[in-house]
Amino acid sequence: MKIAVCVKQVPDTAAQIVVEDGQVSWGDAPLIINPWDEYAVEAALQQAKAQGGSVSVISMGKEGETEGMKHALAMGCNQAFFVADPALEGIDNVAAARVLAAAIEKVGDVDLVFFGKQAVDSDSGMMAGQVARVLGWPALTLTSSITELGDETITVERSIEEGLQVVESPLPAVVSVTKDYGEPRYPSFMGIRKAARAKYPIWGLGDLQLDKLTSVMSWPEIVQPPEREILTEIVEGGSPQEIAETLADKIMAEKVI
Amino acid sequence: MTNKIWVFIDQFEGNALQPSWEGIGAALTLAEELGGGVTALVFGQDVENVAQEAFHYGANEVLLADDATLADYRSAPYTQQLTQLVEASAPDVILFPTTTRGRELAGMAAVDLETGVLVDVTDLEVKDGVITATRPIYAGKLLTKVQCSATPQIITLRGRVFAKPEPDESRSGTLTKVEPAMSEDAIVTDVVDYATSEGGVSLTDAAVIVSGGRGVSNNPALNPPADLDEEEQEIWKAQQGFELVGELAQVLGAAVGASRAAVDANYISYDHQVGQTGKIVSPDMYVACGISGAIQHLAGMRASKVIVAINKDPDAPIFKLARFGVVGNMHAILPPLTEALRQRLEG
Ligand SMILES: Cc1cc2nc3c(=O)[nH]c(=O)nc-3n(C[C@H](O)[C@H](O)[C@H](O)COP(=O)(O)OP(=O)(O)OC[C@H]3O[C@@H](n4cnc5c(N)ncnc54)[C@H](O)[C@@H]3O)c2cc1C
Ligand SMILES: Nc1ncnc2c1ncn2[C@@H]1O[C@H](COP(=O)(O)O)[C@@H](O)[C@H]1O
Repeated sequence: MKIAVCVKQVPDTAAQIVVEDGQVSWGDAPLIINPWDEYAVEAALQQAKAQGGSVSVISMGKEGETEGMKHALAMGCNQAFFVADPALEGIDNVAAARVLAAAIEKVGDVDLVFFGKQAVDSDSGMMAGQVARVLGWPALTLTSSITELGDETITVERSIEEGLQVVESPLPAVVSVTKDYGEPRYPSFMGIRKAARAKYPIWGLGDLQLDKLTSVMSWPEIVQPPEREILTEIVEGGSPQEIAETLADKIMAEKVI
Repeated sequence: MTNKIWVFIDQFEGNALQPSWEGIGAALTLAEELGGGVTALVFGQDVENVAQEAFHYGANEVLLADDATLADYRSAPYTQQLTQLVEASAPDVILFPTTTRGRELAGMAAVDLETGVLVDVTDLEVKDGVITATRPIYAGKLLTKVQCSATPQIITLRGRVFAKPEPDESRSGTLTKVEPAMSEDAIVTDVVDYATSEGGVSLTDAAVIVSGGRGVSNNPALNPPADLDEEEQEIWKAQQGFELVGELAQVLGAAVGASRAAVDANYISYDHQVGQTGKIVSPDMYVACGISGAIQHLAGMRASKVIVAINKDPDAPIFKLARFGVVGNMHAILPPLTEALRQRLEG
């Protein structure tokens, strides 16, 4: 079985993110693999092992920003494909989906492609569904577990507001994975060394036959949210009882319950 | 110019999710500013009751696709239904709640319709007929304005941000039944089962949330059964701690939340996790018990109106966002706090 996984690199979630001269900046905080994508890689590796198969990692980013991809390789993915092109700067989510879909097709004969739930920079959470739509494959988003995978079909449990929805689908299919799937493995020492030496093709839009990619969205202004003026009152008292009574009065006075 | 503003009503087994009605509220405001009417889209099976409710909330028209193929949400027939209706009627704007279904459907329909998606929006402005949305990015560390130059403008609204209109049962409107877009033969996926979670208030809809962190297990006064190993003893203690959290939640009609540390230590299941890799919430009140306030936790709850923090460490970062703080042992504070609030709410 041929499995692919799409990963993105994002600034560390602990980074202070600010706007400087209208540009987003995270100082010297490192780029990391998008945390949700670690679960997708874990799922891809587990399924490849169970089925006998290989995992290709696909990542799109600025030239040189390969941290996400390298992390996935270090976790155990077999090969990598990087998509980079100056024309990709500032494209919108539908355009990005067309690019990733084209990359998946170029990798070729993929049976199952995994995505993370959401990228923690753009917070869109739509890519898996959109790529599925471009490819014309079923979208099995928000998968918390894969209960069955055969040569031609897959059964997954999807996390929805009401609980779990169990869905059966033919392959090829697109799956996005939630944290419930299970803890991602750490890269091994050997894996990290292998990832550092890995060779991978870099595809531009021309390679993907996507010369006429259009984006319709624009982001006229990015700002830091106004600091909230919060006056913190520490509630004190001689006993927990006394503190509780005072706090209860103060909470009631806020008229939020 | 009269605009057509559509709102997708997300329903499960005939019950609309509350943020759908917030969508009608936002659509009515847009209709005032842009001129035009509000059409609700209701897809499902035996869901005419939801269509009626949409009128009560203020929709002028409902497009109802009521068919067995739409009984369960599946992305393909739902997307096809939507794009077919859009191609026939050319709406200007389509609003969705940012629910799991709403987000997915908006994204997939945008592919077919060659437009973009303004996702998880917290503010909408109209100037000279152009819509500018505001949305949080980087887990709310930044806000971006965003515009789409194509039509329809597809927008998903963050829950609990836009006001829900008051329903009025005397209202009605034009109900138009539409044919299903796909036949069962053409749909390749099957929904074979559900495991729906029992009751409880949903985190993302909750007006009040009481959350517990690693501190829920830190109650030296407890004596766990001696036959448990160390990890089991910790979880046993945490369960007693979450019971106190749950009792306060019950009195407040609140949902129970948790930090990732509590989830990772198996104190409580992942669907309770609040934060960057959990749920993003914005209740009227958020009570954080034994939670330090790591940046990834704050990312999930910083938009809460009033934050109350109970933590034994006076330097815990959570206090910086708190309206009220108690420096102390949550296990000692919670029972009398629950009782004190119970008396005030009943009295
Ligand atoms: C990629 C990534 C994503 C993450 N996503 C999330 C996320 O979505 N949500 C999230 O919450 N975290 C997330 N984290 C983890 C986050 O960094 C913190 O580790 C976590 O939030 C800490 O949880 P905590 O506050 O419960 O635990 P701690 O930081 O250990 O804090 C426990 C607090 O309890 C207090 N305490 C102890 N005993 C008592 C007592 N008896 N009474 C009162 N107070 C007491 C202590 O003073 C302390 O402040 C993420 C981390 C990473 C790297
Ligand atoms: N630039 C990218 N390269 C590879 N995969 C991506 C990229 N952007 C998003 N993805 C994938 O799509 C998922 C959802 O992203 P998003 O819809 O942008 O929140 C991520 O978790 C990744 O799996």
